[in-house]
Amino acid sequence: MAGTALRRRLSWQVAKVRAETVETASVRTLTLDVPDWPGHQAGQHLDIRLTDEDGYVAERSYSIASAPGEPVAITVERLDDGEVSPYLTDELRAGDDLELRGPIGGYFVWEPENGGPLLLLAGGSGIVPLRSILRHRERTGSTVPVRLLYSSRTLNDVIYRAEFDQPASGVEVIHTLTRSQPPGWPGYARRVDAALLAEVAWPAAAMPLAYVCGPTSFVEVLSQALVQSGYPPERVKTERFGATGGT
Amino acid sequence: MSPVSRGFHRRRQDPAENAGRVPPGQYVTKDFPVLSAGPTPHTALSQWTFSIGRRGQQKTWSWAEFRALPTQDVTVDIHCVTKWSKLDTAWQGVSVDTLLELAGHDGPFAMAHCDGGYTTNVPVADLTGGKAWVAYAYDGQPLAAEHGGPARLLVPHLYFWKSAKWVRSLELRDTNDPGFWENYGYHIYGDPWREQRYAGD
Amino acid sequence: MEAVDGNAIGGLLHEVLGTEMTDAATVCGGCGAARQVAELAVYLRAPGTVVRCRSCDSILMVFVKIHDTTCVDLLGLAALG
Repeated sequence: MAGTALRRRLSWQVAKVRAETVETASVRTLTLDVPDWPGHQAGQHLDIRLTDEDGYVAERSYSIASAPGEPVAITVERLDDGEVSPYLTDELRAGDDLELRGPIGGYFVWEPENGGPLLLLAGGSGIVPLRSILRHRERTGSTVPVRLLYSSRTLNDVIYRAEFDQPASGVEVIHTLTRSQPPGWPGYARRVDAALLAEVAWPAAAMPLAYVCGPTSFVEVLSQALVQSGYPPERVKTERFGATGGT
Repeated sequence: MSPVSRGFHRRRQDPAENAGRVPPGQYVTKDFPVLSAGPTPHTALSQWTFSIGRRGQQKTWSWAEFRALPTQDVTVDIHCVTKWSKLDTAWQGVSVDTLLELAGHDGPFAMAHCDGGYTTNVPVADLTGGKAWVAYAYDGQPLAAEHGGPARLLVPHLYFWKSAKWVRSLELRDTNDPGFWENYGYHIYGDPWREQRYAGD
Repeated sequence: MEAVDGNAIGGLLHEVLGTEMTDAATVCGGCGAARQVAELAVYLRAPGTVVRCRSCDSILMVFVKIHDTTCVDLLGLAALG
């Protein structure tokens, strides 16, 4: 079924925004009704295309936040100087059309038969495709052990916080808050470095599968650290969002 | 055309303010977008040189020598082929007229060569008569690496891909050979007022 | 300007080459490095999209949208697929 989905024609189509969820002050999840959706894999993304009255076109890619089988949803972080993200988070509302194509991606995907243990490293909005992977794992009843290391600026910036406060069985969530922490915060309080990673990551001997997603510098530093600690490069999958995670 | 996205518009400034200054198809931005086709080079000033002239006969300056040359402060509008324009940008640099005079050379065309391998071609007539500089400061500060520092070519009357970042030499030639983007289908000349974005426009 | 990676051009590649390509194997024509498309360095913010080898920075692919046509140059690759 996945093979068929990968080989079909990728065409633009018009979806409707079904609902909007506030995740944080600057982050929204848009749930979409996509008329011709073939299904997707956890970790895939879609491209959206906006057109203004003068014919000006802007295109961006967003990771799919929902698991296969759930309604298609994307999570968007509003970047203050962004051209597209403020439109998606502030202007778009339920009932509006949104042109998109997808699903896209055959590399940064996870299926239960890929196994684990899984090491998921998320920098900021890099959490989005990893959340799809976690929801897929839970929906399929997979018992693959997971450690999620999620880096955010502050506790208020943590996306899907309620889900991560009550993770599924076999999932360990480790937060680090890099800019400020609430009083009495017992967790990590700095950017992820090799030392922090070494405390959290599965040992290489466990033959883990790692997915690293976030800003380019986050992904570069951590994927190299994992390989240096003995993870085979082919078992470290990376997805770079650029310095600011797109606009 | 794709369906119009309700309520979406690109960033733009009130057109009335800028009448006559914005070429067709452009919008004005207050940002200074960073566009690049590759990693940002970082050349130490102790290693940096700038050369001008025909191949094999170039005049070369070290950074210290270059900075000792007469400079100009210029404020110009710039226009990127990706459709943004930025008005009243302030630069400091050495006029290409000065460099050509000191080199004692001539030639109809120039190819800019840059750290990182980027090239672009400009007719010498478009680099002279006060139309072009090798600029090392922007907005009163040393030019940042991401914007082309230590020095970039500045040719504001043409699309900004001609204002080559990280420029190291202007090679004078008899033929108008295409540079990097020109080879991939961009216009050989690039006049924003005639909207010469792509070959054949 | 930081590069992203080949994941970002998954849609573009599917559009011009007709199939999902992010997990396709590539070999750099400059240094011979072997990587999947998703692991290549991609520069999106330019007059065109430029894809480079992460080891030697050689240009592997260039995509330029000229009016309504996407022009594709894959000459920097020694192998794709």
